[in-house]
Amino acid sequence: MGEPFLEVQKITKRFPGVVALSGVDLQVYPAEILALIGENGAGKSTLMKILAGVQPADEGELLVEGKVVRFLGVQDSQKSGIALIHQELNLAENLTVAGNMFLGREPGKFGWIDQGLIQRESKRVLEMVGLEVSPETLLSELTLGKQQLVEIAKALSTDAKVIIMDEPTSSLSLRESERLFEVIHDLREKGVSVIYISHRLGEVKKLADRVVVFRDGENAGMLKRNEVDHDAMVRMMVGRDISQFYQRTKHDLGEVVLSVRGLRSVEHRGYKLDFEVRAGEVVGVAGLVGAGRSEMLAALFGARPALDGDVSVAGKGGLPRSPRESLRRGLALVPEDRKGQGLILDMAVKDNMSLASLRRDSKGPFLNTSKEEELVAEMTSALSVKTPGSWQLARFLSGGNQQKIVLAKWLALKPKVLLLDEPTRGIDIGAKEEIYLLMEKFAREGMAVLFVSSEMEEIMGMADRTLVMHEGRITGELAREDFSEEAIMELATGGNINKEE
Amino acid sequence: MKKIKGILITLIVIYVATAILGENFLGGYNQGKLLERTGLYGLLGIGVAFVIITGGIDLSIGSVVCLVGCGVPWLVMRQGWSPGSAVAIAMVVALCVGLWHGFLITKLKLQPFVVTLCSLLIYRGATRGLAEDQSQGFGGEHETFRQWGTEAIEVTDKFGIPYPFVILIVVAVIAWVFLNKTIWGRYLFALGNNEEAARLSGINTDRMVILSYVICSMLAALGGLLFILNGNSAQPSDFGNFYELYAIAAAVLGGCSLRGGEGTIVGVVIGTAVMQLLKNMINLVDWLKSHMEFLIVGIVLLVAVIADEMIKQRVRKLK
Repeated sequence: MGEPFLEVQKITKRFPGVVALSGVDLQVYPAEILALIGENGAGKSTLMKILAGVQPADEGELLVEGKVVRFLGVQDSQKSGIALIHQELNLAENLTVAGNMFLGREPGKFGWIDQGLIQRESKRVLEMVGLEVSPETLLSELTLGKQQLVEIAKALSTDAKVIIMDEPTSSLSLRESERLFEVIHDLREKGVSVIYISHRLGEVKKLADRVVVFRDGENAGMLKRNEVDHDAMVRMMVGRDISQFYQRTKHDLGEVVLSVRGLRSVEHRGYKLDFEVRAGEVVGVAGLVGAGRSEMLAALFGARPALDGDVSVAGKGGLPRSPRESLRRGLALVPEDRKGQGLILDMAVKDNMSLASLRRDSKGPFLNTSKEEELVAEMTSALSVKTPGSWQLARFLSGGNQQKIVLAKWLALKPKVLLLDEPTRGIDIGAKEEIYLLMEKFAREGMAVLFVSSEMEEIMGMADRTLVMHEGRITGELAREDFSEEAIMELATGGNINKEE
Repeated sequence: MKKIKGILITLIVIYVATAILGENFLGGYNQGKLLERTGLYGLLGIGVAFVIITGGIDLSIGSVVCLVGCGVPWLVMRQGWSPGSAVAIAMVVALCVGLWHGFLITKLKLQPFVVTLCSLLIYRGATRGLAEDQSQGFGGEHETFRQWGTEAIEVTDKFGIPYPFVILIVVAVIAWVFLNKTIWGRYLFALGNNEEAARLSGINTDRMVILSYVICSMLAALGGLLFILNGNSAQPSDFGNFYELYAIAAAVLGGCSLRGGEGTIVGVVIGTAVMQLLKNMINLVDWLKSHMEFLIVGIVLLVAVIADEMIKQRVRKLK
């Protein structure tokens, strides 16, 4: 294998309340496809940001071709031959392909841009990724898959020796993904290394020369090409057998609690949503990014008013108009964006927990502080929230504990239906397991649970039944015994529809 | 308590410094005057604090002061209304002003800065038209009505607690209870910090925002009324000019963050007192000239904001 091109030695990075990386090592050899996997919060993205010069490490060293380097900014990292392609593409839609590629580093003198050079160079790198578009095309005219290729071409034009791709397929169709894999293989032939970060273990297995696993900010192991298999990867990521991780017990389902009829969201006007959830049932909603899952929950809860349709909770319902109305009916929503929508970061744990139930517990317009304290104490112990005190600002808690605060806020209202949008995004393994146990407990106690997740493992582990969405509509429904990664992906990419057509 | 410590120390330092450097500062008349000014301006500060806590801003306060300050004597003296009905209609107008601002900001999603900037121009322009740019006042009449702005509860023969200050204390206590002891107060802080999260928690955020603009405009109207009762003469072209900026400055000095979600009533009252004390100091200390007022107030405000931010960042680092 020779000497590594890039080496990470004992890197540590701390954030308030959490150690994101503690002493991790990583080697990247020339011309290899290295897959980096791990659960959310394992520290992959943090390390990639350090490699790309977006943020500095607290301790440890980076070596490029055996020499210690220090990245103070993205430019330093670029000069060393490292390029990061973010999960959300960093492109300006109003510029041309060439304009995007040279944004911020336009060649030329005295403010004049050397257009000729840009054209030549753009054509060269576009050819390398096999993208047949003119450099003068506006980016907004390209599909997401092609935009991704523009990002890769952009990286190549900086003479990148290592290209980091963070979840590159999360919003691509199957065909676009296949195309991307070909490009990645091509890059390897040309001597470029790729660090490939993905949750899709199927892709990793197909693509990787080597797999490095992170868990809770530490190295959890390494697999060579011939050792890579699904179960081995999962074991390393989770730290034990997966079957123990998702604990579901059999219990009988009750009446239909949530019934959705002909619901149309503002974002996907063309499709009506129809489904039901029973008391005690845990229903997953799978699909690719942009399939309209979060939009469905938002419409269901009245967070963004639906166009029309009917959402009934235990028989009572109508068109959801506002969150206030929905929570009176017994719905609760744990939103995807914990910091932006779930929590009030600069308020105390206590204030966050009681926010939704203040009105119920108040004496007229006045706060009932003793009742509030009682509730907070009860919730803190029931969900085992770890905080130095209820006065602590939510900002300073770890992701898992923050998520528990959001859950506590809703449980205080004793909802009949709990809607969860990516409930375990960005929280560590231990907290994740606790959230799963809580979901199981709520269901056992008769709540109807509907959760959206982009993690296949989570869907297959937790759901009794799964709805799969694609481009705004429900393309299928699978019972637990029919779950398989292939079946879900088929529906999620609209495979069944395309066949019919 | 922690939040107002800085501003309280500032108040004491300036107070002591002025007492040493200035002449007649500790005299009963001057002390009474200080309380009176604090009372008048403090009402505006408390009003704008509500709006600032929601993350908004109200630039129309000075023009509302002008509208009421000119409108009430105009109704009473020129139109022959009774003082009671003139005050009542002024308050109804202020209520409508607040509702209108709130409606534009929440339902039409206009920016508070723009909405109230337009109002700043409109209300002053309207007042000047209404009063035909003539100075308004009560002349020598309506002495009992004017007592609300001029009288004081006597303590010694030279010093009394002016009515406007008493009114400020009453309003401040009510505002404090509202912000700290009711669910609405909690809602205001919550939505000021994160409106989306508050809305998703079932809070009618639009209604709370509208309420804050109503409170702000009504306190501006109350302030405007007391200003005219106190001064007895209002020129439509400049009455209340810049008062919104004094109010905002006092609120910021008192710990309100323009990002929203932060602020205390006690802080705002002390902030107002600091502003008035600075003015007083400039008047009384020989080598400080009156044209230096803006310069000094500006510097003090800037220093306060910088100090506050630095302390905050240090606290964050320690955690």
